[in-house]
Amino acid sequence: SRPSLSLTEIEGKLTLLCDAKTDGSFLVHHFLSFYLKANCKVCFVALFQSFSHYNIVGQKLGVNLTVARERGQLVFLEGLKSAVDVFFQTQEEPHPLQFLREANAGNLKPLFEFVREALKPVDSGEARWTYPVLLVDDLSVLLSLGMGAVAVLDFIHYCRATVCWELKGNMVILVHDSGDVEDEENDILLNGVSHQSHLILRAEGLATGFCRDVHGQLRILWRRPSQPTAQRDQSLTYQYKIQDKSVSFFAKGMSPAVL
Amino acid sequence: MAAVATCGSGAGTTGSAVATASKSNVTSFQRRGPRASGTNDSGPRLVSIAGTRPSVRNGQLLVSTGLPALDQLLGGGLAIGTVLLIEEDKYNIYSPLLFKCFLAEGIVNGHTLLVASATEDPANILQELPAPLLDDNSKKEFDEDVYNHKTPESNIKMKIAWRYQLLPKMEQIGPVSSRFGHYYDASKRIPQELIEASNWHGFFLPEKISSTLKVEPCSLTPGYIKLLQFIQNIIYEEGFDGSNPQKKQRNVLRIGIQNLGSPLWGDDICCAENGSNSHSLTKFLYVLRGLLRTSLSACIITMPTHLIQNKTIIARVTNLSDTVIGLESFIGSERETNPLYKDYHGLIHIRQIPRLNNLICDESDVKDLAFKLKRKLFTIEWVQDNYLRQERNIYPPGFSYLLKQKDSAWGEGSLQHSTFLMSFLAKATAFASRLVRHSEPLKQTGSGRIHQAAGPRLWHDGRRQEAPGLLGIPP
Repeated sequence: SRPSLSLTEIEGKLTLLCDAKTDGSFLVHHFLSFYLKANCKVCFVALFQSFSHYNIVGQKLGVNLTVARERGQLVFLEGLKSAVDVFFQTQEEPHPLQFLREANAGNLKPLFEFVREALKPVDSGEARWTYPVLLVDDLSVLLSLGMGAVAVLDFIHYCRATVCWELKGNMVILVHDSGDVEDEENDILLNGVSHQSHLILRAEGLATGFCRDVHGQLRILWRRPSQPTAQRDQSLTYQYKIQDKSVSFFAKGMSPAVL
Repeated sequence: MAAVATCGSGAGTTGSAVATASKSNVTSFQRRGPRASGTNDSGPRLVSIAGTRPSVRNGQLLVSTGLPALDQLLGGGLAIGTVLLIEEDKYNIYSPLLFKCFLAEGIVNGHTLLVASATEDPANILQELPAPLLDDNSKKEFDEDVYNHKTPESNIKMKIAWRYQLLPKMEQIGPVSSRFGHYYDASKRIPQELIEASNWHGFFLPEKISSTLKVEPCSLTPGYIKLLQFIQNIIYEEGFDGSNPQKKQRNVLRIGIQNLGSPLWGDDICCAENGSNSHSLTKFLYVLRGLLRTSLSACIITMPTHLIQNKTIIARVTNLSDTVIGLESFIGSERETNPLYKDYHGLIHIRQIPRLNNLICDESDVKDLAFKLKRKLFTIEWVQDNYLRQERNIYPPGFSYLLKQKDSAWGEGSLQHSTFLMSFLAKATAFASRLVRHSEPLKQTGSGRIHQAAGPRLWHDGRRQEAPGLLGIPP
């Protein structure tokens, strides 16, 4: 069974999702449905796939993104569609993906403003949502779009200051691990975010290659970034198999296919 | 919250998962019915477009790539709204054929084509499309196979190996054919009247780049900017994204881009390791995918990745594409003279399959695939051979090391190799199966004792049973 992440433990925490030689997007879908079910206010910067993709998978996991968006619980930035808008039409107001029009790599300030605006507490009297969450899928796309690693790290830093410290919310970020392809910018980004994370979930493909029954391995690492390293970081490893509506986890070598 | 949710209203119905009957949906990911498991029409239906079919797994609308064998490997076909990236083979002999099959399939199905190239005039490309193999015979069971996805694993392998030999049987109706997936004769040209009857748009870079279109400075290569504008224009003008109130389009746009990334496009990633414009191509792909996701179109791109100096760019390009396949031809490599490969022209690698509307994807179990271009047909087959296995490194680590040594006594074909392989595989299977235990012969005693043959034997008390002999331990 999967280790549960209770809300009180991880308030104001940054969780890093990382995938190496495999697709870790199932973790993104899990966290999205998890936080929506927990009645959190979620800002989802979805750069990788379209809204309907996340919506359809979300429905399999038990959440309806359309309804959540209409209720105001979910603020969704659809990267692919917004990129087309920014690219082909001049925008009057600064657009979160404004950097796509610029000749030189700028900074991600408009994107940060978007996030801050989305998650700022609304003074409506009663508190509707438990706490805010920023979800990003995925950060490596920003590098492909011309942003430098330092600019992206700055963006994460600003978001952390606002979302984790000021608003006591959580952040969940997906970064690809390029592995033996020497993507220096990506390595800088990955190392930088790892150092700031409280929890790292790393999905790896099996070293022996493709397997139909075990899709990969998940390493879970708990960290205490703010404290000096007196305590040893805890880590656990599970193997998993992704199914149509869920993911099943088991200890290494204990796949039902082998037993 | 309308101001903040930038993608909220926009083109209207991108959010809804189920197609609403009244307004034509612009989402390319549409479900045919409420759930993908059945094909019942209890919910609102999508009007079916010629040459498309929904995927059984996730209701995704698919088009054929022009090669039924490739369609099988990709889980039924190419999903509308996605990009298929083909990594060109070294001398660019076979990738143009796949490119042309894709376009020819569009003509046969009556789809609109958009052909972009920096090397060849699109009109010439269309002239060289292969002729479809059309037959007047009545339907055979091939049709049922095409529509039947629930075949067990073994059947799929057989299918790749011999089913493609059957020619499609279809009636001559509608455009030219409403069947899904056709075969093409690479030695003949497509009939001229089919080209003339089709609706196509060409983008030939040398012509477009000379026109003085006002282009804002941006880090994309001018050629890419022009191409994106051209594509977006066609999509809007002809109503493929549903946003044009004048146009009600119920057709698919097939986009083919040739040799993307080559120096002729103005990009220098094939010339220099750290070019000035290293993000141009990845940005282009991102915006292109955005255009595709919001329209009824599918795109095929061939790219000379073997020329790209910077491996990082290849990795990023792969991540930003949906489906990626690579062609590796045997020409000029040592495999050309290998008798194992004498029937084939190269290998085809399925590098990436997208997960669309799903946690899982249709990954095929078959990993060793080779292709050949016979006189007429381009075919893909599953190849089981030792070389590929060796390269995939499924041997135990120590053994691989031995194999890699030059003139090693453990090389392929040697007795030691075969014996080791047999016993290794035997032990591996014996370990995995708990119900049957093989009694392994004891260590060589040197006394010439005849061992009992290995065979299935049930363990009664957890110890090996063996016939008493000279080495029976004295009590």
